[in-house]
Amino acid sequence: MNDMMQKDITHHLTDEILMGYSAGTLPEAFNLMVATHISLCDTCRAQLEACDAIGGVLMDQTPTPLAAMADGSLAATMAIISDRSAKPDLAPAKKPGVLPTPLQDYVGGDLNAIKWRPIGMGAKQAVLRTSKQATARLLFIPAGVAMPDHGHHGMEMTMVLQGAFQDDGDHFARGDVEVADSDLQHTPVADIHEDCICLAVTDAPLRFTGLLPRIMQKFIGI
Amino acid sequence: MIRLRNKIDPNSVSYRIFGMLAGLDTAVLVNTPGKFQGAAASLAVANVRRVTNDKKRNLWITHVHRIRDNADKAAFAELYAHFAPRVKGFLINSGADGSMAEECAQEVMATLWNKAHLFDPSRASVATWIFTIARNRRIDMLRKQRRPEPEDLTWGPQEEPDQADALALQQETQLLSDALSALPAPQRELIEQAYFGDMSHSEIATKTGLPLGTIKSRIRLALTRLRQTMK
Repeated sequence: MNDMMQKDITHHLTDEILMGYSAGTLPEAFNLMVATHISLCDTCRAQLEACDAIGGVLMDQTPTPLAAMADGSLAATMAIISDRSAKPDLAPAKKPGVLPTPLQDYVGGDLNAIKWRPIGMGAKQAVLRTSKQATARLLFIPAGVAMPDHGHHGMEMTMVLQGAFQDDGDHFARGDVEVADSDLQHTPVADIHEDCICLAVTDAPLRFTGLLPRIMQKFIGI
Repeated sequence: MIRLRNKIDPNSVSYRIFGMLAGLDTAVLVNTPGKFQGAAASLAVANVRRVTNDKKRNLWITHVHRIRDNADKAAFAELYAHFAPRVKGFLINSGADGSMAEECAQEVMATLWNKAHLFDPSRASVATWIFTIARNRRIDMLRKQRRPEPEDLTWGPQEEPDQADALALQQETQLLSDALSALPAPQRELIEQAYFGDMSHSEIATKTGLPLGTIKSRIRLALTRLRQTMK
C-alpha cells in the first residue's frame, strides 16, 4: 500500500469522538478506532492536536491551591527518576503492511495474522480483545457482497482498511469512517473490485432485522 | 487528489493545528506555505501585548530543554512547582483519591524528565504535552486499559524545530487560552467536564440532568466560538 498514492479520505471522525479521545473518556475499542484512523488521516490528526491544546490550556488554567503536592514530593520524584535506567524512549516505529501500527498491535501482525471466523455468505469476522464497554472487530466482506441488514442500539463506526464499500449511495474507501448512530438502519455493500476488510467498533450489540441473522448473532457474538 | 502525507514540511505542523480550529482546509494549508507565513506574521503583530505571557511560555520550553540537555534539577524544580499541583488537581477531578493522585502526578513529572528529548515546541505547548502524559496515565490508573496511539508522522530524520514556528504555536496557544476564558459559563463548564470529569457526554447528561442534545449543542457552540476566535 503506497501512502503517497492514496486517495483523500472524505469521511472523518466527529468532533465529539476526537474530543473524547483527547479527554481520555472513550472505551478502549473506540480509542483503537481513533488511533487507527489518525494513523492514515492528517486532517483528523490536526483536529486532535487542537483538542489536546484545549486540554493543555484547561489544565494550565486550573487554580493550584486546589491540590498542593505532599511534603517531600519533589524529592520522591527525583528518586523515581534516578531509579530508572536512562534508556532513550523513542516513539514506536511504523510497521509496514495494510493494517496501521495500532491495529497490528492488537492483531499480533498484519492481514495474515488475523484469526478469521466465518459468519455466513463468505463474510468473516475477528473480534479483538478490548475492554467490555465496547467491541472492536475486523470484518471481511467478499467483493460485491452485502453485510447483513442491521441497526444499532448504540453507536457504530466502520472504517475501511482494504477495498471499499457503498452504503446508501455513499462510497467509503481506505481510511474512510462511517459513523452510524442508533437511528440508522444501513446495509453496507462491498465494492465489486476487491474483498473489503474493515475495522468496526460498537458500544452496544448490533440489531439485525432478519430472523436468521438474529439467531446467528447469539452464536457468533456480533 | 494526491495526498502529501510524506511531503509535509514538519515546520508547517504548528500552522495546521490551529488552521483546523480556524476551519481551514488542511490540503490548502499544506500547499500554500506563503499564506501561512503571512498569517503567522500578522499574528505576531497582533500579539505584541502578550509578550509577558509569551515569555513565561518560552521559559517553560527553555526549562524542558535544560532538563534534556543538562539534566538541570533547578529547572525541573520550577516546572514541578507550577505543573505538579495542576496534574494532581486534574487527576482528583477525574475521580482519583488524594494519595493515588499524588503518586500519579509524581509519575507524570518523572515521565516529563525522561521524555524531555521528545518534546517538540512547534507541535505543542509544554502544558499541552504534560496534559497528554497525564491523560494517558489516568487511563492506565482509573481504567486499567491499554491506550492505542496513532503512528507518528513519518518525516524522516528528526530536525531541530524552527524557533519561529515554535513561537507562532505558543502565541496561538495564548489566543486559545484567551478564547477559552471568554467562553460563556455554561459552555466553558461543559468543556471542562468533558475533559476533567472522566465522563462521556451521556454520563454528563445523567450527572447534570441536562438533556444530551443540550450538552452536545453547547459543546458544539463552544468549539464554533473557539474556531471563530482563532480565525
